[in-house]
Amino acid sequence: MNDIIKIFIDGREIEACQGEKILDAALRNNINIPNLCYDKKLSCTGSCRMCIVSIEDRPVNVPACSTVVENGMKIIAFNDKLEAERKVILDLILSMHNDDCINCVKDGSCDLQDLAFRYDLGRGKRTFHPMWGDAAEYSDSSSQVLNYDATKCIQCQKCIKACQEIQGKGILTLENRGIEAVVSTGYNQWSDSKCDGCGECAQVCPVGALTMKFVYTDGKRFRDKDISKITGTTCPYCGVGCQLDVHTNSENQIIKVTGSESLPNLGSTCVKGRFGLQYSGHKERLKSPMIRRGNSLVECSWNEALAFTAEKLKEIKSIHGGADMIAGMSSARCTNEDNYLFQKFMRTVIGTNNVDHCARICHGSTVASMLTSLGSGAMTNAIADFEKADVIFVTGSNTTETHPVIATAIKRAVLNNNARLIVADPRKIDLVRYAAVWMKQKNGTDIALANGLIHVILKESLQKDDFIKNRTEGFEELKKSVEKYTPEYVEKITGVPADKIIEAARIYGTAQRASIAWTMGITQHACGTDNVTALTNLAVITGNIGREGTGLNPLRGQNNVQGACDMGAQWDSYPGYFQVENETAKNRFESLWKTKLSSKNGIPLTEIMDAVLEGRLKSLYIMGENPAVSEPDLNHTVEALKSLDLLIVQDIFLNETAQYAHVVFPAASALEKNGTFTNTERRVIPVRKVLNMPGQAKEDWEIIQDLAAGMGYFWNYRSWEDIMKEINLVVPQYSGITPERINKGELIQWPCPDSKHPGTSILHGEKFTRGKALLQAVEHIPPAEETSEEYPFVLSTGRNLFHYHTGTMTRKSIALNSFCSDPYFEMNEDDMRELAINEGEKVKILSRRGEIIISARSSKRVEKENLFLPFHFAEAAANMLTINALDPKSKMAELKVCAVNIKRL
Amino acid sequence: MNSSISVILKKYESKSRDSLIPILQEVQETEGYLSKDALVEIGKDLNLPVSKIYGVATFYNQFRFQPKGKYHILVCRGTACHVKGSEKLLETICRNLDLKPGMTTKDRMFSIDTVACLGACGLSPVICINGEFVAKVTPKKALKILDELKEKESENARV
Repeated sequence: MNDIIKIFIDGREIEACQGEKILDAALRNNINIPNLCYDKKLSCTGSCRMCIVSIEDRPVNVPACSTVVENGMKIIAFNDKLEAERKVILDLILSMHNDDCINCVKDGSCDLQDLAFRYDLGRGKRTFHPMWGDAAEYSDSSSQVLNYDATKCIQCQKCIKACQEIQGKGILTLENRGIEAVVSTGYNQWSDSKCDGCGECAQVCPVGALTMKFVYTDGKRFRDKDISKITGTTCPYCGVGCQLDVHTNSENQIIKVTGSESLPNLGSTCVKGRFGLQYSGHKERLKSPMIRRGNSLVECSWNEALAFTAEKLKEIKSIHGGADMIAGMSSARCTNEDNYLFQKFMRTVIGTNNVDHCARICHGSTVASMLTSLGSGAMTNAIADFEKADVIFVTGSNTTETHPVIATAIKRAVLNNNARLIVADPRKIDLVRYAAVWMKQKNGTDIALANGLIHVILKESLQKDDFIKNRTEGFEELKKSVEKYTPEYVEKITGVPADKIIEAARIYGTAQRASIAWTMGITQHACGTDNVTALTNLAVITGNIGREGTGLNPLRGQNNVQGACDMGAQWDSYPGYFQVENETAKNRFESLWKTKLSSKNGIPLTEIMDAVLEGRLKSLYIMGENPAVSEPDLNHTVEALKSLDLLIVQDIFLNETAQYAHVVFPAASALEKNGTFTNTERRVIPVRKVLNMPGQAKEDWEIIQDLAAGMGYFWNYRSWEDIMKEINLVVPQYSGITPERINKGELIQWPCPDSKHPGTSILHGEKFTRGKALLQAVEHIPPAEETSEEYPFVLSTGRNLFHYHTGTMTRKSIALNSFCSDPYFEMNEDDMRELAINEGEKVKILSRRGEIIISARSSKRVEKENLFLPFHFAEAAANMLTINALDPKSKMAELKVCAVNIKRL
Repeated sequence: MNSSISVILKKYESKSRDSLIPILQEVQETEGYLSKDALVEIGKDLNLPVSKIYGVATFYNQFRFQPKGKYHILVCRGTACHVKGSEKLLETICRNLDLKPGMTTKDRMFSIDTVACLGACGLSPVICINGEFVAKVTPKKALKILDELKEKESENARV
């Protein structure tokens, strides 16, 4: 903490921190010195000069935004002379500004308009001739989501700084000088630049120069004053859990979306959160329950749909061992309350542990590994901790596209705090530009790479011996196992040059605070659990855990995948990670839920389709999942779905899976319900109702409760709060995260044992959840499928910034489609030349399991003989090709590596 | 990688952003202008966003972003020439060639720049075509010169 000093502003004594600027101290004390180019999140620009103040014994006025406080400083912020000078400055600024307020969307919320009013500078009262006309030719509305009106720009440069200092992108610049100085994207017009439409710039613009396009109202313009309500809720896309402010008008139509200035995103969003929420009001939304009659699904009443489903379920359940012939797929897209009730339904009403969700093919292997070695499977630190690290190791994560707002934190760490970034990824992802070292390993060689890093660290004695001695077990075995992973040996396996491995190991090993982040590139392998274990070993032997800026940080994919796991939507654990096969745990839940429970592990998600085809499962209840696109080996999946006796689909759209359903329940979207999500950093965050549900749709928990009633179980939850209160009792980590605290706006990270506890930002501080960390030796295992003459390419699947999961939500957004609308795959440009494939040409990709037709995109990002294929597009589903090889420890499918071939059509 | 640019970049080994302007000057000297590829390369070398470099370069009048034309016309905008009507002269030339100062025609034949003063106020209004001064240029005279040059070039093309 900096020293506190005293300064005087207009005779008033106030406290300031050593080193801070006068304006910061003044604004904190509600002394509202006018300003236009200042933003507390950005470095000082000092260009508008509105904040000039005079300081005793100094001959000239100084800008308060760029002048550092000194002890005892006597400052005058307001007197007639300063105000007169400010008026002249403002008059000059206004001469550069097209004050067409009458037709400006910022009317009513424009900082310049407010100041012009405050200083009585209406059109008739100005001295300087308007000069903004010359700037008109520099306006640029070519961006898919933004408009730049150069005639309104006052060159405050906030947008340029937001792009560079907050987003770390550096796309915007100030072009020309003097009267012609304008904001631009440089050589290119906006749409041809690298701008990805996050909209951070538009959010900081103090005037109407840089504004968001009206993507929610088909271009129809609204002023900020037309907004009648702003609802704070959580973004329904990735696991970052950005807090959004959704602005709606009196007709309850979304006008625009901005990032809230709270944790974890501090005002930022990505293009999906800000511009991609159109799915909620989309015309294809399910509005009525549907039931299968012959070959088609027809609309029916809730009563009919529920009665039919309940009867069928009861019928299957009544067969001997029938309860275990029913399985449920819960959803990481739904709230904690929905997930809790779903698994409770499966466990108590149906009487089976056959409940799982997509975490199985996401971070299932992370959870399995970290539960064993540390005792908790979640991200150990907070998102904000990335900016406190001095080394960040990102592996198997294209963070810029999968967790865009976390990527900005990583970039800020590098650009603003001089943190060093190590990237290990087979593709030249965007973060490579920021990296001190990039290790380009071959797909599926992550264990060898991590073991190689550990080998170097031990050889050079960079490990923390005290930490190893006091807080770990199993070190000797680990040490022995990594002996053979010399940099040269690892180079042979991974293809990463030995000197790069040594360099990376030294950077990581000598860090004071080093953080590791990973996603599917580590987990989606048949050796996914061991991949994570190898990373855990690396962090633990260097003591990089349990402190600020360190940690093992699996970035969770879906908005509520952490919560769905916490709520026990898992085949082997109850809520709170109590193991199903543990007798004590079973007794605990039997007494809590006052019913008998099955003591047998359920069927994991990735084995469900096999079980169906083997006749072990007759019915599936799928809530908010789309296995007909997301599961590995789709032909197999579809065959299974077709053979079910009863397929219940509960969703917001009639998705690909619903085509095979016997009954369909229309559910509310995340923008239409109340409840909570738990983001990747274990923070329980609110979901608040913005829009009304279409037709007869209901919130998921209500549908589950109604179905339970149909089966003769009468629960009595009236709201999400009632369910959360039960979660407080059942899930120890959530004990203190009460609905009252959530409604008050507290954003608490679990574990939170009681209602006074502030939550836990960093896990494993004093001791590991399991006591001592378990170091486990792991060996390199080659991928399940390697290339051959017949299938010479390695295919990796993944995501693209503009779309989400199977695209059911994002592909309904015209704005997002304008960035990327059609399926494609990335191929090395040299490979394309050799095979004479043209840019955009449609080709056939074949694997041993299936084939798709898709257009080729040449890329510098992928290596030769490697292909990258986004899995968002059902019409060219990546999972037609992928292999269902499972990790024996976590049942994860190997979605990241399979062998394919390419044929020209 | 353009070799002439990499030679220039090698000379500035400190990789500090202080070298940006000297590098830009030298690149312009060798290449005649600052191409997009050149800025990308400089950006990679100095670890600066290309947009930032573009912003810096557009601040100074000395940098151009299109190659010079076969006929590079400098129009003097100094005080004496201004008094003698150089504003109108510049406007006429620009309209005739459909160009703005700093730009080059699509056929790469003509380019225009303005200068603050050519130091030949006695000849005002003065223009300079490929280093040769043309004195007391009225808009009419300018158009005649342009027509002659265009005529000459189309004849060349026919031959």
